[in-house]
Amino acid sequence: MYELTEAFRIALAQIGAHKMRSALTALGVIIGITAVTLMGAAIHGMDVSFERSLDLLGNDVLYVNKWPWTNMVDWWNFVNRPPILPENAARLNKIIAATPHSLLEVSVPVCVYGVSVKTGTHQASGVFLDGTTYAYARLLTADVVEGRFFTPEESDGGRQVGVIGADVADTLFPGQPAVGQSMMLGGQPYRVVGVLSRQGPFLGRFSYDNQIFVTIASARKYFGTPRNGGTEVRVKVRDPARMDDAVDELIGAMRRVRGQLPGERDNFTINQQQAFKSQLDPVKRVIALVGLFITGLALSVGAIGIMNITFVSVKERTREIGTRKALGARRRTILLQFLIEAVSICVAGGLAGVAVTFGLSLFIAKSLPNLPVDLSFTLIAISMLVSVVTGVLAGFAPALGASRLDPVDALRYE
Amino acid sequence: MNPPPEASPPPAALPRPRPIRPPGPLVIAIDDVAKLYVMGEETIHALRSVSLRIHRNEYLAIMGPSGSGKSTLMNMLGCLDTPTSGRYEFNGRNVAAMDDDELAAIRNREIGFVFQTFNLLPRSNALRNVELPLIYAGLPPEERRERARQALADVGLGNRLDHKPAELSGGQRQRVAIARALVNRPSILLADEPTGNLDSQTGVEIMALFEELYERGNTLIVVTHEEDVARHARRIVRLRDGLIASDEPA
Repeated sequence: MYELTEAFRIALAQIGAHKMRSALTALGVIIGITAVTLMGAAIHGMDVSFERSLDLLGNDVLYVNKWPWTNMVDWWNFVNRPPILPENAARLNKIIAATPHSLLEVSVPVCVYGVSVKTGTHQASGVFLDGTTYAYARLLTADVVEGRFFTPEESDGGRQVGVIGADVADTLFPGQPAVGQSMMLGGQPYRVVGVLSRQGPFLGRFSYDNQIFVTIASARKYFGTPRNGGTEVRVKVRDPARMDDAVDELIGAMRRVRGQLPGERDNFTINQQQAFKSQLDPVKRVIALVGLFITGLALSVGAIGIMNITFVSVKERTREIGTRKALGARRRTILLQFLIEAVSICVAGGLAGVAVTFGLSLFIAKSLPNLPVDLSFTLIAISMLVSVVTGVLAGFAPALGASRLDPVDALRYE
Repeated sequence: MNPPPEASPPPAALPRPRPIRPPGPLVIAIDDVAKLYVMGEETIHALRSVSLRIHRNEYLAIMGPSGSGKSTLMNMLGCLDTPTSGRYEFNGRNVAAMDDDELAAIRNREIGFVFQTFNLLPRSNALRNVELPLIYAGLPPEERRERARQALADVGLGNRLDHKPAELSGGQRQRVAIARALVNRPSILLADEPTGNLDSQTGVEIMALFEELYERGNTLIVVTHEEDVARHARRIVRLRDGLIASDEPA
């Protein structure tokens, strides 16, 4: 026990006595650990931002579309499907209501358009216009921070009211309350009844804040009914934990809605956020593998440096080892002494590496906000563990050699 | 004017009586010990056949020209090395059969080494150098410090605890080494040419310290090739060609 604290003292004194040498040796580890943590932070950051994006889709929402989101290879299988129509949602809701213990809660139709919107003074183009019903309020992933979502009466009556995203509100009504104001959509005046909370970009591609919800009846009246994929049915699931069963139930219900015969292939696709996940996983795996290879390379260079310097240290202090053995140091004591010295350099290098990564991640966050980097506590712990393991692996051979030195030879060494 | 009788100086050249303490129990028993080194095709008989008994309270000098096997015998006595053949018992325990860690424990507890080149750790102060054997013995810090302080005071260095070896004279360094050798209260003090790196005046001081240590009850073995040094011992063993040439009182 006291041997251990002594070993730490010796290690610190030794590093202190050879500052330059220790720093240069640690550099290899610093680079290695920086690579490890930076890679980990990038993967983790990607994960986090991806999860955040997927949350915008809702983890309890199924999307009934003509097209699948991800697999576009065999498009000819999908092109001839009959369009999804808003009326499908109404039929679906009746089936859900009639099903005892249904896993589905409610379905809503959504017609999606790209439009321009303006007021007397301001204009926003490239805005997503979603025509939907009042029930969509239950699927919203954003909060209505001002005003409200539209009511069943407004929805059924096709009133010209809209709920706008944060970006739209900022563009059209800068510095003033948006609720109660009027905006022009397709030449028609709409009254703003609500504003949504800010949600951020989806996979860095487009913004959920650049969006307007209006009543579906008014949207179809002025913009028509999009047929080739522009209309979809979104279904809220009661229990996300039973998603697979809910999908099965939905498939069955949709086949009834669409009057499909047994044996006929589904003429619709159930999409969900999971599809994106399974797309990203192999990408992540490749990044992780490449990263592992690079960081492994960097770390092994660092480890060789540590091993080298430990060999030098043992050689330099051969007589000291002899003296210590003469005074009663056991093999284990000597082994531990040099091992701890190697590990100390590694851990110091690891800490410096984490600090470098921390600085870099701050810098990246500032200069490239779209490149997500996230240095987690777990990652720091892992990199510390990696440092210790590197130190042990690198220091073991020279330390073992030192511990096995013959005391007579060691004392005689010049 | 008659000077007061107590003012008369003591006779300067009167030889100090050399007390001989009665031998205590047997510490070292070596029987027919040999040590061979194989160097390529050659086999070197560093020790051919040596038998020796050393008791507690002895003050022994081992002498011999270089190549006589004196270093080999010292390494053997110090449990730094084990014999190729023969029997070596230290306090009744068979050293030849011990593994590295058992030998380390014997060196730690039973043997105090004093080297020709002092072998102090250059970056540690006197106190920490003397503490070292106690660390390996597993003593707690406070006790270590106390005993190291006492050991340094015993060799006259109570006021040099914080000095690094480079800040001490040669004689002081050897005193630190002696304090380190004695701090764990070993059965024997084993000194290898203890005055070899000192000027003659300092060498005399160190030998006076050895005399004092002997009279205080330590068992000393001094390996040397200098007659002046060996003369301080009570018994002189002379080696030649790996054999004991003579073994007689000084």
